[in-house]
Amino acid sequence: MALGSAERPLRVAVIGAGPAGFYVAEHVLRRPDLVAEVDMYDRLPTPYGLVRAGVAPDHQKIKAVTGAFDKVAAHPSFRFFGGVELGKHVSVSDLRTHYDQIVYTTGAQTDRRMGIPGEDLPGSHPATEFVAWYNGHPDYRDCQFDLSQERVAVVGVGNVAVDVARILCRTPDELAATDIAEHALEALRHSRVKEVYLLGRRGAAQAAFTNPEIKELGELQAADVTVVPQEVELDPLSRQALEQGGDRAGMKKVEILQSYARRPRSGKPRRLALRFLVSPVAILDNGCGAVGGIRLVHNRLVASAAGTIQAQATGELEELAVGLVFRSVGYRGVPLPGVPFDDKWGVVLNEKGRVLDPDTKQPLAGEYTAGWIKRGPTGVIGTNKPDASETVTEMLEDVAAGQTLQPSEPDPAAAERLVRQRQPDYVAYADWLRLNELEVARGVGRGCPRVKFTRVDEMLAALGNRTRP
Amino acid sequence: MNIASILATKGDKVVTVRGEQSIREALGVLAQHNIGALVVVDAGLRPIGILSERDIVRAAAKDEKVFPLLVSQLMTRDLVLGDPGDDLGAVGQTMVQRHIRHLPVVDGGKLVGMVSIGDVVKAQRDQYQGEVDTLQTIVMEHGA
Repeated sequence: MALGSAERPLRVAVIGAGPAGFYVAEHVLRRPDLVAEVDMYDRLPTPYGLVRAGVAPDHQKIKAVTGAFDKVAAHPSFRFFGGVELGKHVSVSDLRTHYDQIVYTTGAQTDRRMGIPGEDLPGSHPATEFVAWYNGHPDYRDCQFDLSQERVAVVGVGNVAVDVARILCRTPDELAATDIAEHALEALRHSRVKEVYLLGRRGAAQAAFTNPEIKELGELQAADVTVVPQEVELDPLSRQALEQGGDRAGMKKVEILQSYARRPRSGKPRRLALRFLVSPVAILDNGCGAVGGIRLVHNRLVASAAGTIQAQATGELEELAVGLVFRSVGYRGVPLPGVPFDDKWGVVLNEKGRVLDPDTKQPLAGEYTAGWIKRGPTGVIGTNKPDASETVTEMLEDVAAGQTLQPSEPDPAAAERLVRQRQPDYVAYADWLRLNELEVARGVGRGCPRVKFTRVDEMLAALGNRTRP
Repeated sequence: MNIASILATKGDKVVTVRGEQSIREALGVLAQHNIGALVVVDAGLRPIGILSERDIVRAAAKDEKVFPLLVSQLMTRDLVLGDPGDDLGAVGQTMVQRHIRHLPVVDGGKLVGMVSIGDVVKAQRDQYQGEVDTLQTIVMEHGA
């Protein structure tokens, strides 16, 4: 019986129910010449990964991609095992017993550190924890952030940093109309935050945020955006790079920021200060063992040998009095139990998605990776689609060459028995769709897209007794 | 996006050659790994040059007895080195402008990988494709 035929379907386990996992499942299930069965595992009972727990609640349109994921999940050969964790409920060797191929799509789960003094003072947090908290991720449900502080610094100018700054500046009414978690909405209602500093180490032209994102910052109901004019002047190096690259969007970005620099304050109660060409060198103690300020060094721009415009410290220092710091200077993957890891890049050790044996550097039969845990945290949601496609191409080449796992129990019923035995409370996709309806129904009262369940026991209680086949 | 994400999916082997090896040996390494250029390193694994198929072709066109020559005789010494944190776009622009097809990447002086112009094109294509796909999905799912 040929593997991938109706008599013996290809059995694939996908670990992690974020965009990369769904794109892998989609590519595998939609091959016309292949019969496959996909079981998707996630440590949370809910699917969608960072689309649910990362994308900002006031960016609902981006979350619409979950509609495409639901279509993949509706395939008769797709199953979801939510609330089942690799290394806790099932091991890699369990998976090898039940599947021909395993794909790790667990994302980049931890933040990079700045490596400066004071980073661990109370009041200094990874921005991702704040994001997971306001998005209702069960693991971050009980985080505490001191929103009685009036001044906050957000380090970084990537998507996450901009999201955090924007959420801190929104009014309770603006937030209530989103699917922000109830506990976060309640805490932000009592926020005393007045000034938010968004700190970029390079210049305006190098900032990662997009033009729609900057425009959004200029249209906040209750916050004026301010820019220091000298910090957004276009330096000769950046001008040359923008012109040679024909980067009109980049040019426009600088123009918008320059227009903000000329804009007078309109007297809104909050201020969002965009700063460029500054790097934190220390987080300062307020004298009581908590964050009291941040010391910045001013930068100038220089070109690297390969042409990148980089920040170089000038030695000129500045201190900002702030009581709360969020750092967002990059992410890293977390090693998975039993899976080779490349510590240099913070990813699963791989070549184009094939997991490699750390000793021989040769592919491990039947094990693959896709998404941020494969290439590192770059790109938008859709970037994971070509990335997943590359991995699936390798997977099918290996099927053709007979290079797969040799599972002793390649039977869907056997895999489900294992899951039920190890994690009786697992959540199937039909369960999730019911939870989804309940969340949406809870949102009607608040006038928002949904009110999320933010505790696992809450989710299971809402689902009640489930009949299992 | 920086070039570290290109190196992240290339395993962690970098194919190198020493200056005192012969062109015959270097050709064997190129053929074995099916690649177009080799980083030439010193004893401390610091890159000192790059040997591309073009360097060999140019020499062979003048003199067919290239096999016994040493790598150090044919390699290009004028090296442009990348850093894992280099921007993808800037690297692409530099490679096009300076007609470089292979960029050795060093971290703290140590060779950590090689980025080819093909890698850059693929990464940029995936980036644009991803952005277009994201926008299309938003429009389709939203019925805008």
